Amino acid sequence: MAGIAVSTTINGDQAEFLCHPDETLLEVLRERLGLMGVKEGCGTGDCGACSIILDDRLVCSCLVLGAEAEGRRIATVEGMAQGDKLHPLQQKFLEHAALQCGICTPGFLIAAKDLLAKNPDPTEEEIRFGLAGNLCRCTGYDKIVRAVQDAASVMRGA
Amino acid sequence: MLDRSKIVGSPVSRIDGPLKVTGAAKYAAEHFEPGMLFGHVALATIAAGRILAIDTRAAERLQGVVKIYTHENRPKAAYRDSKWKDAVALPGHPFRPLENDRVLFDGQPVAFVVAETPEAARDAAGLIHVHYAAETPNTHIVAEQHNSYEPPVARMKQFLPPPPRGDAEAAFAAAPHKVSADYVLPGEHHNPMELFAATVRFEDEGRLTIQDKTQGSQNSRDYVCGVFGLDPDKVIVKNDFVGGAFGQALRPKHHLFLAVMASLDLSRSMKVEMTRREMFYLSWRPSCVQTVSLAADDEGYLQAVLHHAVHTTSRHEDYQENVANWSGLAYKCDNVKISYELVKLDLATPGDMRAPGAASGVAALETAMDELACEVGIDPLELRVRNFVHRDQNQDKAITSKALHACYREGAERFGWVARSPTPRSMRDGNDLVGWGMAGGIWEAMMSKGEAKVRLSADGHVTVSAAASDIGTGTYTILGQLAAEVFDCPIDAVTVDIGRSNLPKTGVEGGSWTAATTGSAVQAAAKAVVKTLLGHAQSMENSPLAEASEEQVEISEGRLVLEANHQVGTAIADIMAAAGLDAVEEQAKVGPDILSMRRYAAYSHSAVFVEVKIDEELGVVRVTRVVSAVAAGRILNAKTARSQILGGVVMGIGMALHEEGLIDHRTGRIMNHNLAEYHVPAHADIHDIDVIFVEEQDQRASPIGVKGLGEIGIVGVAAAVSNAIFHATGKRIRNLPITIDKILESEAVQ
Ligand code: FES
Ligand code: FES
Repeated sequence: MAGIAVSTTINGDQAEFLCHPDETLLEVLRERLGLMGVKEGCGTGDCGACSIILDDRLVCSCLVLGAEAEGRRIATVEGMAQGDKLHPLQQKFLEHAALQCGICTPGFLIAAKDLLAKNPDPTEEEIRFGLAGNLCRCTGYDKIVRAVQDAASVMRGA
Repeated sequence: MLDRSKIVGSPVSRIDGPLKVTGAAKYAAEHFEPGMLFGHVALATIAAGRILAIDTRAAERLQGVVKIYTHENRPKAAYRDSKWKDAVALPGHPFRPLENDRVLFDGQPVAFVVAETPEAARDAAGLIHVHYAAETPNTHIVAEQHNSYEPPVARMKQFLPPPPRGDAEAAFAAAPHKVSADYVLPGEHHNPMELFAATVRFEDEGRLTIQDKTQGSQNSRDYVCGVFGLDPDKVIVKNDFVGGAFGQALRPKHHLFLAVMASLDLSRSMKVEMTRREMFYLSWRPSCVQTVSLAADDEGYLQAVLHHAVHTTSRHEDYQENVANWSGLAYKCDNVKISYELVKLDLATPGDMRAPGAASGVAALETAMDELACEVGIDPLELRVRNFVHRDQNQDKAITSKALHACYREGAERFGWVARSPTPRSMRDGNDLVGWGMAGGIWEAMMSKGEAKVRLSADGHVTVSAAASDIGTGTYTILGQLAAEVFDCPIDAVTVDIGRSNLPKTGVEGGSWTAATTGSAVQAAAKAVVKTLLGHAQSMENSPLAEASEEQVEISEGRLVLEANHQVGTAIADIMAAAGLDAVEEQAKVGPDILSMRRYAAYSHSAVFVEVKIDEELGVVRVTRVVSAVAAGRILNAKTARSQILGGVVMGIGMALHEEGLIDHRTGRIMNHNLAEYHVPAHADIHDIDVIFVEEQDQRASPIGVKGLGEIGIVGVAAAVSNAIFHATGKRIRNLPITIDKILESEAVQ
């Protein structure tokens, strides 16, 4: 296939792919690279399900072109656990039942990871605003706040 | 030994959770088939009329496009309506994608592009030009309500209004206190976060394996088999993970039809994923207009209840839900008149959305109850307590259980209701007006027919299987818990195999009946396994259990033992070894108890207390506190149960404050078909929510004592929020959602 050759780092590993100029990074990650942990809820930047961390910035991958990833670092939910050991956020999401259908969960985990990287001890209000770009239709949000608070304290202790 | 009482009822974390937090759980659009093609739908841009011509030339020229389907070249599908009727079909003609030139609603599929890549399919769909002869659409329920009619064919008998009792009009006229008002609710859209999708694997000999976003894999299978004349043994539909649905995925959608159609036509595997916009033209909660009139004596005892409800349906089907009947059974009243009608509009057929009917009807009733409390001059909670009834007066049946008093009491206590000052606008917090409101909720506790299979291996491993779905509700986990309870094993020793059409028969997941139905079937199958095991044990020489009956034995620590004396028994492994088996498997079938249903009706109940804070100048409403006290029988898993209620409460807050499908009635088109403009509650909208499950024993509602939790959480919430807003502002706003403009524009009553 003719296309743009892009080289990136995904979850710490070197990755190269070809993509069309009009392909979004979300499509590349899901359809070309099979990273189905990056979810699609709208394709228009409204739901946060496709959240990834690009270099050090939280972005909706549906609003980024695949070609724009050239030379950049991408973090997705697939890179959060270390082998069998879940990331504290993943562990706390499970314990606090912060997920139901689970389709929004990877986006929330990535957004929360980004939030905690920038603010290791957020208040409840900061969490609610920090995660306001991620929609969830099942959980009622409250448990997500508790999970993030709890994970934050574990991570500060670690 | 494990404490049995701790397995069921305990807050076990969902067993499907690890797959979901690592991104490993795969949903319908996330399966890959070698050589598969991608489909994209082109949508109508008028709401009513005919297609004159479709120009697909530019689209066909696009690289990667394989084929474009329109009504002119669509492969044949079943002729008779009956073949198109799925398990949740409605009276009327089911929608048939690309059937003819008729456009029945905005967003109707008018062409379907199949291409080598999703981008090519999408781009090509955008290049299709459709010429229409548009007609003037009618999409405004308020303007069209004079054209309402009683549905000639009932979707379900219990949706029809009960016969009138007493003389509601005369009692209303004679009563000293009365209220009567119209309540207008907009259409709402489910918007589960997962997009509808189907991946079809085309196999040899016409076999298909389909990953579908559905609330019932067998319903999808039967639908495609009916429509395309396929052999049900050659089609498997899977839905291992479903990214939310809330009723929208009960009926098969056009993506499934189109994906299978193209797969069969082209002999290729196919994937079709909808856009978010496309999902606004599918089943939705219908807009409705309701008139509720209530009358009471000086003490607040209800003298008359009149409830008239009209809601939208499409041109081609009569969607029906139980909107108004709740008003005849929620409270004691001897003079009741309920009526229910539909209006046909040029919109897609509505569908069941979380607590269909009750969410809308109880919103009106419970707002009217609040208005009545003000009129009589008593506390709104006290009004409800006084009118408590322990009978279903609509059907003249006893009620299996109703721990609603406990909901009132425990909810009010947790909320601190006694401190409420009755006068509107009398509570403040700085610049904010504070309002406290409450409402009751009710939902039918249903059980349907279902089957399940349970297998116990000699090594103690248990497998549970049924064609049930887990749409985020926790089905995997509770079925695992129920089996673990019978076999006295940890939940990790149980494999739950659901989400596949070739498993024991199960109805669609909806109406909160899965836990009661499939849960009861699993328990029955597990008990049948124990019985079989006992039979084998008794064929062993000198069996210590020779005299025991099935009621006297249970499983404990890997042994079949006497319940009364765990010393007496035999190891499961030994029983199976003696019988020459490596596993015992049984299947069970359950259904509602018809005899009991003749005499009893079963409902779950709730009381919802809400605090709002409203910025007086800006009209911004924040729901700062909610307490939802629920009586829903036995709670199988405190964690997943609480989750169900929280999700319902938040959707109820959305209904009260945010959610509204906006239609441009001049064109009949939906204007806000995306998540930026159709507002659902986001994180920052939600504050404290407290859930209480009151104790309730009920073996009649279902054999396992469960009443279901998927719906009750939302019922009453919108009214409680609206009542709190009234209490804060003195403004009674009867058309939802209560947005800032309505608060600023309306007048306070006093
Ligand atoms: S899919 Fe990117 S924000 Fe929704
Ligand atoms: S868990 Fe279903 S959308 Fe969040």
